[in-house]
Amino acid sequence: MKLYRFAIELLQVVILLGAAPAFIGWVRILKCWSQGRTSAGLFQPYRDLIKLFSKDIVLADNASWIFRFTPYLVFGTAVLAGAIIPMLSIDLLIASTADVIVLVALFAIARFFTALAGMDIGTAFGGLGSSREMTIASLAEPAMLMAIFTVSLASKSTSLSQMVQVIYSGQSVLRPSLAFALLAFILIALAETGRIPVDNPATHLELTMIHEALILEYSGRHLALIEWAGMMKLFLFVMLGIAAFAPWGIAESDGIIQISAAFLYMVLKLGIAGTGLVLIETGLAKMRIFRLTEFLGSAFLLATLGMLSFFILE
Amino acid sequence: MFLTPLDLVSSSVLLLLMFVLIVPLLKNKQRLLIETCFMLASIASLLGVAGGVWAVGGGITNKIILVIGLPDLPFHMRMDPLAGFFITVICLLSFFVSLYSAGYIKGYLGRRNVTSLVVFYCLFLAGMLLVVLADDALFFLVAWEIMAAASYFLVMFENEHIENRRAAFLYLIVAHIGALAILLSFGVMAGLASGFEDFSGYTFDAMRQAHFPVEGATAAFLLAFFGFAAKAGVVPLHVWLPEAHPAAPSNVSALMSGVMLKTAIYGIVRVSFDLIRVFPWWWGAIVLIFGLISAVMGVLYALMQHDLKRLLAYHSVENIGIILIGIGLAMIFISFNMPLLSALALIAGLYHTMNHAVFKGLLFMGAGAVLHATNERNMEEMGGLIHRMPWTAALFLIGCVSISALPPFNGFVSEWLTFQAFLLSPALPSPLLKLLIPLGAALLALTGALAAACFVKAFGVTFLGHWRGSHMPRVHEADWPMRSGMILAALTCLLLGILPTFFIDWMDIIPQQLIGTKIGASSGTYGWLWLTPVAQERASYSGIIVFGGILLIVAAAYLVLHVRPKTIHRAPIWDCGFAKLTQKMQYNAASFSMPIRRIFGFLFNIKESVKLTPQAVYKAFPKRLNYSLRVRDRFWGWIYKPVVDCSFWVSRRVGKLQQGRIQAYLIYSFITIIVLLVFSR
Repeated sequence: MKLYRFAIELLQVVILLGAAPAFIGWVRILKCWSQGRTSAGLFQPYRDLIKLFSKDIVLADNASWIFRFTPYLVFGTAVLAGAIIPMLSIDLLIASTADVIVLVALFAIARFFTALAGMDIGTAFGGLGSSREMTIASLAEPAMLMAIFTVSLASKSTSLSQMVQVIYSGQSVLRPSLAFALLAFILIALAETGRIPVDNPATHLELTMIHEALILEYSGRHLALIEWAGMMKLFLFVMLGIAAFAPWGIAESDGIIQISAAFLYMVLKLGIAGTGLVLIETGLAKMRIFRLTEFLGSAFLLATLGMLSFFILE
Repeated sequence: MFLTPLDLVSSSVLLLLMFVLIVPLLKNKQRLLIETCFMLASIASLLGVAGGVWAVGGGITNKIILVIGLPDLPFHMRMDPLAGFFITVICLLSFFVSLYSAGYIKGYLGRRNVTSLVVFYCLFLAGMLLVVLADDALFFLVAWEIMAAASYFLVMFENEHIENRRAAFLYLIVAHIGALAILLSFGVMAGLASGFEDFSGYTFDAMRQAHFPVEGATAAFLLAFFGFAAKAGVVPLHVWLPEAHPAAPSNVSALMSGVMLKTAIYGIVRVSFDLIRVFPWWWGAIVLIFGLISAVMGVLYALMQHDLKRLLAYHSVENIGIILIGIGLAMIFISFNMPLLSALALIAGLYHTMNHAVFKGLLFMGAGAVLHATNERNMEEMGGLIHRMPWTAALFLIGCVSISALPPFNGFVSEWLTFQAFLLSPALPSPLLKLLIPLGAALLALTGALAAACFVKAFGVTFLGHWRGSHMPRVHEADWPMRSGMILAALTCLLLGILPTFFIDWMDIIPQQLIGTKIGASSGTYGWLWLTPVAQERASYSGIIVFGGILLIVAAAYLVLHVRPKTIHRAPIWDCGFAKLTQKMQYNAASFSMPIRRIFGFLFNIKESVKLTPQAVYKAFPKRLNYSLRVRDRFWGWIYKPVVDCSFWVSRRVGKLQQGRIQAYLIYSFITIIVLLVFSR
């Protein structure tokens, strides 16, 4: 039985590693369609990764061990987070290792080291990126935790598996507080994963880039790991949102049928989430960096409203 | 007579005091003096750790009445688990710092006489231990003054700089205003305990037995909180802290910031939970609100600093705030009679006390090593030190990760516990508190995220990139005594982070004695793996699995990618085709914090000016650009400046009485006598 649960755990990690690039590919395809361009196909992100992995590395003269260690750490935290968030089953072997607060902190570690790596080379771009990234993070994190707290008020737990279980048992269906928290979560997820309107993943324009500026000096397998981890981060945020707000389909028990059904549900939900993301990205323009205070402030306000409505209405 | 924990700790105090007596014999052999002092201080600290760990682990309470003291009012000493916990914290850090000092203080050899430093270092340690051991108001205040005076002389050690003398003076004033408030608070409690004609109420035992009326207790608590807050550096009483901590030698800053502030936390816990015991909820609310303000303001001010030690000093304000948040929540919960939640919040606060002592000690030691190596405190000048000081850089990084509350290190555990305590606040019966307290959690989250930003800046600007100053000095790595102190502190940070259940089970006796409940953080088989503060399904965290998991995946990824060796080409930085990148083009401390300065600018007093020197022909291309930035504490202008101005004004007026002529003074005496005769007929 232990071994079986271990296999499910492993399956989740494999799905995360394998499906994250496909999800990015899907988002890019939709984006191309919506803008009237021809897309490079679902598998282009895989080809990019393979190309990067097979290339040699060019390292700046004064890069220290932090610069070389960061890609592995960023990759490691993303994979670990994938083993904890219930994607297929809520009965995960190591789910009790971390609750939502720890998950947020896992992403924070990755960000901390990426920001350090950005400053390691000593170019202006790296510093610019890490300064902006940390500023945005420090505004996003309180809003993120408020949104999560609102959800956890209903389930009286910060453990994700427990949250899913409470929603299953029908105690919290269609709560107004959850609607507010979901809106807040979407805004924050856009900021945390570096999508439009906060950051543009496709740009290399000095004045606007944030995340790209941080990793500008990376090459070869280091860049591949960071890119892959970035794809996983987007995937994981979608999974986090699904687990907290729309968990229907995640298996409660470990039967083969439930797990396969959960997988189908997951693919379906990912498809919908990708469409939503593309609609947001196509409809909005990137914001000026100092407008982000308003953007993240409204996320915080929505989360707070969610919390107030929990106490007043429920 | 068997050995007790109290004996161990008092022998450690005696060892320190005896050393002070033999200093005159050694004062001409400075190197020997340093070696003996810090060896004895480490032994004394180890004795203290043993006593403290034993007292908490065994739940032992010992008392002793000393033969010294005032006539008829002897001094009392008592060692209970709460005291034992704080003694463990103090002695643990002082052990690391004493090892470190043996290397660090040798840097002064040949430059300056270190006798006073050594003497006051030992007195300072002894004073802190006595504060925690004291069991009556009189002895407590005597020890408190020993600690304050010794630390004043330590801050004054490099007294040739006027700013150090000013810092020490400011510290002395704030410390004494605080001490006065504490004295008054004990006076109120002693008076209520035994009546105002009798002195027997001065022992803590008498206060424990007394039942205070609410008004009297409130007065005593507010006075005590004011006094201890002044010592702890709670906003707005924090202004002395960023002045005094950078002025002191770095080993002393580590102790002052790491443990001296904690004696104030000890005082608050002792007075509220042990001496007064029953209190209304709004006391807790006061502590909570000041905690939140300190946490957020402390970290925001820290972000604006470019002096490494000042930055760390402001972070002490932040962390004291986080500790007070835990204690404030514990007070609120217990006043609504929710002992379990109260115990959780108290454990969160106390665990952060220990964590902060270790990582702040580590960070100050690291900053000291940088100062020792470069003679530079200004981060704008530094950079690239990771290549010259690899050990210091790695150890400082561990401190940075710990203080930024990132798993698997220790700062995260206590912040996580505090978050859990916040999340349990909806169980409170009062609707107002239910609504408002979770907002505090958001402020705590903001604090954590800003702290991470601040330490990316501190580490990035100091250790990464290229040297930013005009010419790089000859930088050397810290020597082995310094390194060993830092290594032990870093290991402790990791242990406290990955095995929190052991430490929390160890200190669980404290809430049991003060509140009446344990939290029992681990349960079931393999319970020590997971920290489950309330219930398994409520929340759980396993530092060791997070640590092991990350390590495993990193190792696996590393091995897989290194099966086929790839060459790594080293190349100069890509300069976008421009002629030359200079080290001045890097981001520095001021530019890193610019977005945050702009967003939160309304909280500071900022003066920013840009001066352009245009070229004669092409006006669009200036020859020089001078940028100057000054960020000041607003509290100075709001609170302190009026007080300072007012006292100057009053003293000038009063000064007019001083004529310098004997006739005038005779008239004053004459008038005084007449007035006295009129009133005391």
